[in-house]
Amino acid sequence: MTLTTSFERPLVVTKRMVDYPNDSHTLERYRATGGYEGARKALGMTRDELVELVKESGLLGRGGAAFSAGMKWSLLAPARPAYLIVNGDESEPGTFKDRQLIERDPHQIIEGTIIAAWANEVNHAFIYIRGEYAKPARRLQAAIDEAYAAGILGDDVLGTGYRLDITVHLGAGAYICGEETALINSLEGRRGEPRLKPPYFPAAIGLYGQPTIVNNIETVSNLPHILVNGVDWYKGLGHPEDTGTFMISLSGHVNRPGNYELPHGITWRQLFEEVGGGIRNGNELKMWIPGGASAPWFTPEEHLDLEITKGAAAGAGSMLGSGAVIVMDETTCVVRAAERVVRFFAHESCGECTPCREGTSWLEMILRRIEAGQGRPIDADLLLDVSDNINIGLTFPPRQTTICPLGPSATSPIMSIMNYYKDEVLQHIELGRCPFS
Amino acid sequence: MTTEQKTDTVKITVDGLEMEARPGDLLIRVAQDNGVYIPRFCWHPRMRPVGMCRMCLVQVEGPRGPMIVPACTTPVADGMVVDTQNDTVAKAQEGVLEYLLINHPLDCPVCDRGGECPLQDQTMAYGPGESRFVEEKRHYEKPIQISELVLLDRERCILCARCTRFSEEISGDPLIEFIGRGYNTQVNTFPNEPFRSYFSGNTVQICPVGALLGAPYRFRARPWDLREVASTCPHCSAGDSISVQVSQNEVLRLLGVDNPHTNQSWLSDKCRFGYEFVNSAERLAAPLVRGSDGELREATWVEALDIVADRLGGILREHGGGAVAGLGGARGTNEDAYAFSKFMRTVVGSNHVDARMDDAPASQFLAAVVDRARIDDIDSAATIVVWGPDLKEEHPTLYLRVRAAATGFDPNQVVSNSDGLKIRRPGARLIVMHPRRTGLDDVARHVLRYRPGAGGELLTSLQAGDHPEIDEALAAGPVVALVGRASMTEDPRLAENVAAWLRDKGAKILPLARRANTFGALDMGLAPDLLPGRVPVGEGFESWGEIPTTVGRDTRGILEGLRDGDIKALIMVGADPVADVPDSHLATEALANAEFVVAIDMFHTESTAYADVILPALGFAEKEGTVTNLEGRVQKVNDIVAGEGQSRADWSILDDIARRLGKELGFATAAEIAKEISEVAPAYRGITWDLLEWDEPMGAIVPYGDATQPLQYVPVTTSLPTVAAEMVLHSARTLYDDGVLMRHTPWLHRLAPGAAAYLHPDDAFRLGAREGHRVRVVTKHAEAELEVRLDETLHRGVVYVPFNQPDGPRLGSDPIVRVTAIG
Repeated sequence: MTLTTSFERPLVVTKRMVDYPNDSHTLERYRATGGYEGARKALGMTRDELVELVKESGLLGRGGAAFSAGMKWSLLAPARPAYLIVNGDESEPGTFKDRQLIERDPHQIIEGTIIAAWANEVNHAFIYIRGEYAKPARRLQAAIDEAYAAGILGDDVLGTGYRLDITVHLGAGAYICGEETALINSLEGRRGEPRLKPPYFPAAIGLYGQPTIVNNIETVSNLPHILVNGVDWYKGLGHPEDTGTFMISLSGHVNRPGNYELPHGITWRQLFEEVGGGIRNGNELKMWIPGGASAPWFTPEEHLDLEITKGAAAGAGSMLGSGAVIVMDETTCVVRAAERVVRFFAHESCGECTPCREGTSWLEMILRRIEAGQGRPIDADLLLDVSDNINIGLTFPPRQTTICPLGPSATSPIMSIMNYYKDEVLQHIELGRCPFS
Repeated sequence: MTTEQKTDTVKITVDGLEMEARPGDLLIRVAQDNGVYIPRFCWHPRMRPVGMCRMCLVQVEGPRGPMIVPACTTPVADGMVVDTQNDTVAKAQEGVLEYLLINHPLDCPVCDRGGECPLQDQTMAYGPGESRFVEEKRHYEKPIQISELVLLDRERCILCARCTRFSEEISGDPLIEFIGRGYNTQVNTFPNEPFRSYFSGNTVQICPVGALLGAPYRFRARPWDLREVASTCPHCSAGDSISVQVSQNEVLRLLGVDNPHTNQSWLSDKCRFGYEFVNSAERLAAPLVRGSDGELREATWVEALDIVADRLGGILREHGGGAVAGLGGARGTNEDAYAFSKFMRTVVGSNHVDARMDDAPASQFLAAVVDRARIDDIDSAATIVVWGPDLKEEHPTLYLRVRAAATGFDPNQVVSNSDGLKIRRPGARLIVMHPRRTGLDDVARHVLRYRPGAGGELLTSLQAGDHPEIDEALAAGPVVALVGRASMTEDPRLAENVAAWLRDKGAKILPLARRANTFGALDMGLAPDLLPGRVPVGEGFESWGEIPTTVGRDTRGILEGLRDGDIKALIMVGADPVADVPDSHLATEALANAEFVVAIDMFHTESTAYADVILPALGFAEKEGTVTNLEGRVQKVNDIVAGEGQSRADWSILDDIARRLGKELGFATAAEIAKEISEVAPAYRGITWDLLEWDEPMGAIVPYGDATQPLQYVPVTTSLPTVAAEMVLHSARTLYDDGVLMRHTPWLHRLAPGAAAYLHPDDAFRLGAREGHRVRVVTKHAEAELEVRLDETLHRGVVYVPFNQPDGPRLGSDPIVRVTAIG
């Protein structure tokens, strides 16, 4: 889609699909547009050179934690075999960027996987895809089959003698399997439950007890471009502290929801007005979730002119996370909105840790009760205290008292509504009904 | 304070108390060992931490300020400062308890756990006073029966994963697992697969709430009504430590006690639920004598003992001591065994006595093999060899121990949730030799299967170096070898040959024999070639005065003597040769031909059917004494219930008979016997009840302290013939069988697998038989029609028939067998 924006909007990972919407997923088109040149270049480099290059590029993981991709690679323990897992288990409400990358540019993922695998001395990579993404997975598998047939994968990758196999694995519908250690358990055929930390990184002990790198679909999709165009080019694309572009899945009450590849450093106002085409029906913006269901919410009063960077979001007590931005206008009931997000976490809790298993569902029940007009005066405090017992001190990022951050994440919407819209919550209780109904 | 910093210890501070620990030990364990109890539900000292319940949250000062961490997954590090009690921690712990309670049914008044429940106790200590939860609790059908022995109440479950971890990591039969997720997570079995584990009862004991319930104990008592006493398991020879719990003079429950040298708190279900026989209505309550009409009738003790003395005295006068033999003694205490041994030697004047039922290796091998291993040597072995019975069937807690060693299991291991063996310490190399699949095969590095009757052949090929991988494993010491008789149809001398070979390779030997106090009985001299304290017959043993000096007959010899008339009278003490001796036909002929048989027993057995006098005996939990396990560990057993009817201790019955025969055994209490043993039995010198109760509560290994062991038995290789036949019989015991104690423990008796002919599918095909068909199995002395069960783990040409099953055949010890299809 062509957009007119006041800022420059370079396209990297979505360029091909924008330019060639009909056949961007084919090997033929991919090759015709410079495909696999990055991998060719990478295969001529050493592991150390590649780790250094990616570190220098400033590429941050796009799965939510925004950890330096090059740094993650450098933590790989020496034992072999090592494994690479490309994480395409995007399951958070409002996140749908990986899906488009998989469907529209699967060879870009394969090329990125080759680069990451070579850099980490991996001969077998797994691409773990959300169970509901059956169709994207089929398209990816078709591309992999094409790549094998063309000598791009297999025993002799691009004629270099390097051996790499890629296995596509479909999850079984659990959000928690996006957490890398739960993903590894799932891949091993176990219950999708996060593993104890330490080890903090699977790079030490991961799949089958071996060193394992887990990178997001979008992260690896960036690699071919960094290889071909160079570090300086990549750093020049975005914000000095937050290089490159990133995908935002914009949804909710905007006129033009969708996936957008954007440079870091624009403001939220630019995002909503220029990219999203404004709030629907000319309504007032009430609040938005800036980076996936785990992120504390932003409000127009405080955050509209904030730059969209990792640092600015963190400074305001939230995060960019997985790039899922959900916009809510003035017609939105905050209790109902929070209940919906908490319900998601309660539904997706693996049940391993007591606070998450019991606490998230309890929060959901309390919110539902308030929304149904059966709130008690103590419920506002109860919401906060039950949250405090999952996320001690009610901080963000949480002081994690559970094995993984899922449970504490469920307290983000509670904190947000109690911070900004406590009156609206109390109004529910006083009226004995939802003021929006 | 010393400035020297030892590298193998670290110092931490917990609540202001300084503690020393090994680096890497878990904070929760270090704190507990030093007197600071951190509340917990999921952590168990014998299992790997999972950090799931979050009850043990404490505050640790970290580089980035105070952190709230679970103490069960946090290894200690030097200089760590921990607070387990501040307001933040207290709130976190209270929060966790509130979460655990919101869906807990609080049906404590009707819950077996009420009164001894960790959830109750910790709620008192750390929990909220009232509930803020006003919504509907989770509901499940309650309880559901998940096996014959265990019920599951999912409403009470707090999802701590103790039971699921035990099944997967400890017992190796993961039959219960979490299903569902989040709020709807539940523990359950797989569809159509009951929790049929030999170790299921452990999950009941370690359940921190009343979610898992033992069917035999359910609703039988309130914990505060129970009296308890420490004791030792009466069923197998590992010497598992237990607590016997009683209400109203009835044994109601046995719990495992954590003895680090033996059972490490675990029990098999046979031990845990195998107490029902004590309360059985079929216990003998009064002496019985056989009238001239051939029928048994009740008699007074005086009358019965007079008859015994009269008949025995007559035979002794006419034929001498060599005409009287004794069988049994392996089910009682060392004190009873000593009295029986002394009775046979000093009153009867006979060495024809044996506690083994012709099913165990040589007595000197069992009693005095050097170099003998200890059970805890298994933990640190680099290589473990099991050539003998299937440990899971005959020595269940040893099975657990070997399994843990082979998998490299380490309860301090924090890195979890993956069975990728590489991330654990490497397990010991386990080598298993057995005629068919054993419980350990899945964790064994090498499995060698052979046909009964061809064990010697396999051994010869091993000695010849035909199996370099085995040689390589044996070279990687230390090696512990568990050696016993793998099959009733295998040459009993094979075990010694195996031990001789392995000993040459530097292995320590743990000899295996099954009946609970076999080793104690042999150590007390209940063998034709042994005297108390591991003294060989014929060597200096002054304490008893003049006693026979030539080696007597073993069980087989005794039975043959009775059959042939060389031996006239038999005294059975807790012995059932008709059921227990593999060649049952020989036992039957022998007893039928005996002139006089007296049985001291708790029950009628197939053998007491031939007795002229039956004297009722006290049993487990009814008498005090000591027992000795297979590594030579002496432990106490204690009494807590009064015996059935007029039953008496074996030693006191024997003493009364001795007096009537004009001799005295010379003691008036079991304690006096124990004192005498500690004085006259060389290897047992110094082992008194006081020592075991105060100084060595986990048991004392014989020879203890500076005591000596006169017999040092070094096994030697002999040549063993190989049986050549188209089909051979394999006969081995199962955990639950038709033994006399099991027969009177209906909870377990019905779980015996039953008699069947297990065949390799190829053999079955050759015979034209399929699963469920019937075949005729004919041995030298018996034949039977049995149902076919296919077992592809069997060596071809072998038919396996479990030994001593309810209504099962007694096929004998001869391996040659003919199998034909019926119809």
